[in-house]
Amino acid sequence: MAKILLEMKNITKTFPGVKALDNVNLQVEEGEIHALVGENGAGKSTLMNVLSGIYPYGTYEGDIIYNGQVCKFTNIKDSEKLGIVIIHQELALVPEMTIGENMYLGNECGHKYAINWNKTYSEADKYLKMVGLEESSKVQVKTIGTGKQQLVEIAKALAKKAKLLILDEPTSSLNEEDSRALLDLMLSFKKQGMTMIIITHKLNEVSYVADKITVIRDGATIETIDNHGKEPVSEERIIKGMVGREITNRFPKRENVKVGPVRMEVNHWTVHHPLYPERKVVDDVSMYVRQGEVVGIYGLMGAGRTELAMSIFGQSYGVNFSGELKLDGKPVKMRKSEADAIKHKIAYVTEDRKGNGLVLSQSIKVNTSLANLKAISSNTVIDGDKEYAVAEEYRDKLKIKTPSVEQLVGNLSGGNQQKVLLAKWMFAEPDILLLDEPTRGIDVGAKYEIYCIINDLAAAGKCVVLISSELPEVLGMSDRIYIMNEAKFVGEMKAEEATQENIMAAILRSGRGA
Amino acid sequence: MDKKQISAVLKKNAMLIVLVLVYLFFLILTKGGIFKPSSFTELINQNAYVYILGAGMLMCMLTGGNIDLSCGAFVCLLGAFGGVFMIVQGLGTGVSILLLMLIGIVYGVILGYLIAYVHIPPWIATLAGYLAFRGWGTSILSSNSKTGSLAPFPVDFQNIFYGRVFQTEKGVFNVPCFVFGLAMAALVALIVFMTRKNRLRKGYEADSMQAAAIKSGLGAAVIILVMTKLSFDGGIPTTLLWVAGIVLVYSFITSKTTIGRHFYVVGGNMEAARLSGVNTRRIMFLAYLNMAVLTAIATFTVIARSQSAYADVGKNFEMDAISACVVGGVSASGGAGSVLGMVIGATLIGVINLGMSLISLDANYQRVVKGFVLLAAVVFDILSKKREK
Repeated sequence: MAKILLEMKNITKTFPGVKALDNVNLQVEEGEIHALVGENGAGKSTLMNVLSGIYPYGTYEGDIIYNGQVCKFTNIKDSEKLGIVIIHQELALVPEMTIGENMYLGNECGHKYAINWNKTYSEADKYLKMVGLEESSKVQVKTIGTGKQQLVEIAKALAKKAKLLILDEPTSSLNEEDSRALLDLMLSFKKQGMTMIIITHKLNEVSYVADKITVIRDGATIETIDNHGKEPVSEERIIKGMVGREITNRFPKRENVKVGPVRMEVNHWTVHHPLYPERKVVDDVSMYVRQGEVVGIYGLMGAGRTELAMSIFGQSYGVNFSGELKLDGKPVKMRKSEADAIKHKIAYVTEDRKGNGLVLSQSIKVNTSLANLKAISSNTVIDGDKEYAVAEEYRDKLKIKTPSVEQLVGNLSGGNQQKVLLAKWMFAEPDILLLDEPTRGIDVGAKYEIYCIINDLAAAGKCVVLISSELPEVLGMSDRIYIMNEAKFVGEMKAEEATQENIMAAILRSGRGA
Repeated sequence: MDKKQISAVLKKNAMLIVLVLVYLFFLILTKGGIFKPSSFTELINQNAYVYILGAGMLMCMLTGGNIDLSCGAFVCLLGAFGGVFMIVQGLGTGVSILLLMLIGIVYGVILGYLIAYVHIPPWIATLAGYLAFRGWGTSILSSNSKTGSLAPFPVDFQNIFYGRVFQTEKGVFNVPCFVFGLAMAALVALIVFMTRKNRLRKGYEADSMQAAAIKSGLGAAVIILVMTKLSFDGGIPTTLLWVAGIVLVYSFITSKTTIGRHFYVVGGNMEAARLSGVNTRRIMFLAYLNMAVLTAIATFTVIARSQSAYADVGKNFEMDAISACVVGGVSASGGAGSVLGMVIGATLIGVINLGMSLISLDANYQRVVKGFVLLAAVVFDILSKKREK
C-alpha cells in the first residue's frame, strides 16, 4: 500500500446554527487523484477550506495529518508552504496583469524590495510549458480564454511548488474539449508523482480520472469507493451514495390539481454569454407551462437555469437572443426591457435576494410595492395609505414576521426576506412566475411555508416555474420536470415517473453523449 | 413618552438639534446680531443657491452617491452667457432667461446621456465641465469687457430673483408680509392635522395628538418668526419664494411620487431596481438633466444678487451643495436622504457662514471651521447609525 500523504480525521466544523461538517474523514494516498463528490452544500468546499487554512486551526475540531505530521494552519500561507495548493472554482486572476505577474502574485520572486522580472518571466514560461500553454507569460490574462486561464491557475499552483493540488470544480466554466484536455493534464501530472484532490459535479470526469472517490452528504463522509477495479465505478453507484437520503414529508400536498391550457411557450430559445458572446448559456431550449401547473427545472449550478429564466424575463441577461416566446399561443416580440416583461405578466423571482432581489436599505412596504407602483398611485403620485394597506395585506397573507411593515428589509431573517421578495412579485399580479431557487439558504420551517405559497399560487391558476438545484425539492413540488445540463434541456418527465436516479441518469447520459 | 421614545426622537432630529445649538452659540457670540431682521434676509439671500443646487445634488446622490462637480463652473459660464445676452446684446429679460434655461437643458441632456447610456462615471463626466466651464466663461467675459466682469443686470431681472414681494421701507412693520406668514403657518398646522385625521379615519397608524401638536406648533412658530423678522426688513425676498417653491416641489417628488421612489431604489440596489422593471438608465439621465436645470435657476439668483457676472462667481458651489446634502444626512452611497435633511444641512452651513462673518472671523479660519463641521457631521451620522444596529 502506498504511503498516505494526507489524512483528515474526524473533522467537525460548526457555523452559528449549522453543523457544516460532522466527523468527516478523508485519506489521500501519495500520487493518487482523489475525487470528492456530493450535492451542493454537502460540505466539500468547507472541508477544503479547513485543509488549506482558510478556516484556521482552532475553529474546527479534528486533526489534519500531512506527511505524518499534525498540522495547525493559521492561514493559507502556512498550508502553501507545505505544498498544499488550492485552486478555487472562481478564477482568481487579475485580468489587467500579465500571466507572469499573476502567477507570482503575493509570491513575488526577487529580493526583499525589488522584483526580479527576468527570473519571474523565465520561471513562469517554464511552468506554462508544463501545463501545455504556448502563450508568453508577458501577455495580459484578459487576452486569453477561460480554458487557458484555468491552465494559468494550475501553472500558478505549480510555481508554488505544489505537492498536493486541490482543484475545486476546475471544469465548471470550460467546454467539453478544454475539460478533457485539463483532465488529461491531471493524469500526466499523476504519472510525475503529483497528488491531487478534485471536487466536481461531473461524474463522468470522476470515473475518468479518479483513483478513489469519497462521497460527502449533509456534512458527513458516506463512503470511499475504489476506482481501481477492472470496470470503472459506475456513475449510478456514485449517485446512490450522493442522494441516498430519504425524502420525508417535507412538502405540502396539493389537492385537486387543475391544469389548464398552455399559457407560456418557449421554442428554440438560445442565449449567449454577455461577455463571451461565442459561448451559449442557453442552447436551443423549448418548454411550455400550463395554467395552474408547477414546472420544475432541475440542473446543477452553472447549467444555465438562471440564464434561461432571466432571458425570458425581458431579456435581462445575455446577448444575441434567438427563439420564440409565445404567451397564450401568440408570439410575443419582447424588447430588452424588464418593465415590458412585467407588463406581459411575467415575474422573475431572483435567486440572489440580497444581491439583486431586494433593496435592503428600504422598508418592507417600499419593497413590496416596487414592481407594481402603478397600482398604488394615480398620475405617478403614490397613495401612501394604500401602499401601507397593501404591505399589511401581504404581511398577513405570507406570515412575514415583523413588528411593522416600516421595518427595513435588511433587518429581517433570510426566510422573511424571501417572503418579502415573493410578496413583491405576487403584488405585481403576474400570470407566470419564474422562481429561481426560492428556498436557498432558509431554514426548514420557512421552506415549508414558501412551498405552501407556491401551491396556493398554482391553485389560483398561476403558472409556476420552479428552478432548483435541490433534487428533493423539485421532485416534491413539481407536476412536471425539465432537466437542464450544460445549457441544454436533456430530459422532461412527469412527476410520477421522476426519481432521483433517473434524473441524474438523464444528466449523465447528456454528459457522455457530448 | 418613555426614555426610549425620547432618545429615538432625539436621534431622528439630531441635526436639527445641532442647528439650534449652533444658532444659540452664535446668538451669544454675536450678541444678538444673528437675530436681527437683516440677518434673516441675508441668510436667505446668501444661501439660496445652496438650497437650489442642494436639491439637484440630492437627486444625483440618491442614485448611488453620484455627484456633480461641474455645477459651480457651470454657474460661471451661464452667468457669462447671461451677461452677454442681457447687457451686451440687450436681449429682453424673458428671452434671456429662456435662452439660459435652454443652455442648461442642452448641457443636462449631454451629461445625462454620457452618464446614463455611455456609462461614464459621473465624477469623471462632470470633472470635464468643472475644468472647462470656468475657463470658457472667463474668456467670454474678458472678450466682452475690459474689467472681466459684466454689470449691471437689468432691473426687471433683478426684481424677479433678488427683489421683494410686498415691499415697504425697512424698519416699518410690513402688514401683508406678516399676514402671509400667519396664513402659511395656519396652512402647515392644518395639513398636519388633516393628514392625521385622514389616517385615523382609514384605520392606519398616525401621530399621537401630542406629536401632531408639537410638529405643527414648531413648524408654525418657525414660519411666524421668520416672517415677522422679514416684515421688519422690507418684505419677503423673492429668493425665498424661489427656494421655498423648489424645496416644496422636490419634497413632494422625493416622498410622494413613483419617480421619486425610483431614485431611492436605484441608489439602494440598482440591480434589484432594474429587475423590478425600473428604467434605471432613465433615472440616471433625469438626475443629471435635473441638476443642470436647477443650476440655471441657481445662477439667476446668484447673478441677480451680485448684479454682475464675473470670473469667480460660482466658485466651490458644488462643494457647498455636496456639504449641505452630506451634513443633512444624505447617504454618500445613495438610496437614503431627504429634502428636509438637505434643507437643515444647508441652513446649518448658512448659519455658520453668517455667524462667522458677523464676528468677522478670518476667511481662512472660516474654511477650517467649515471643514471640521462637515467631518464632524458625517462622523456623528455614521456613529449614530451604527448604534442602531
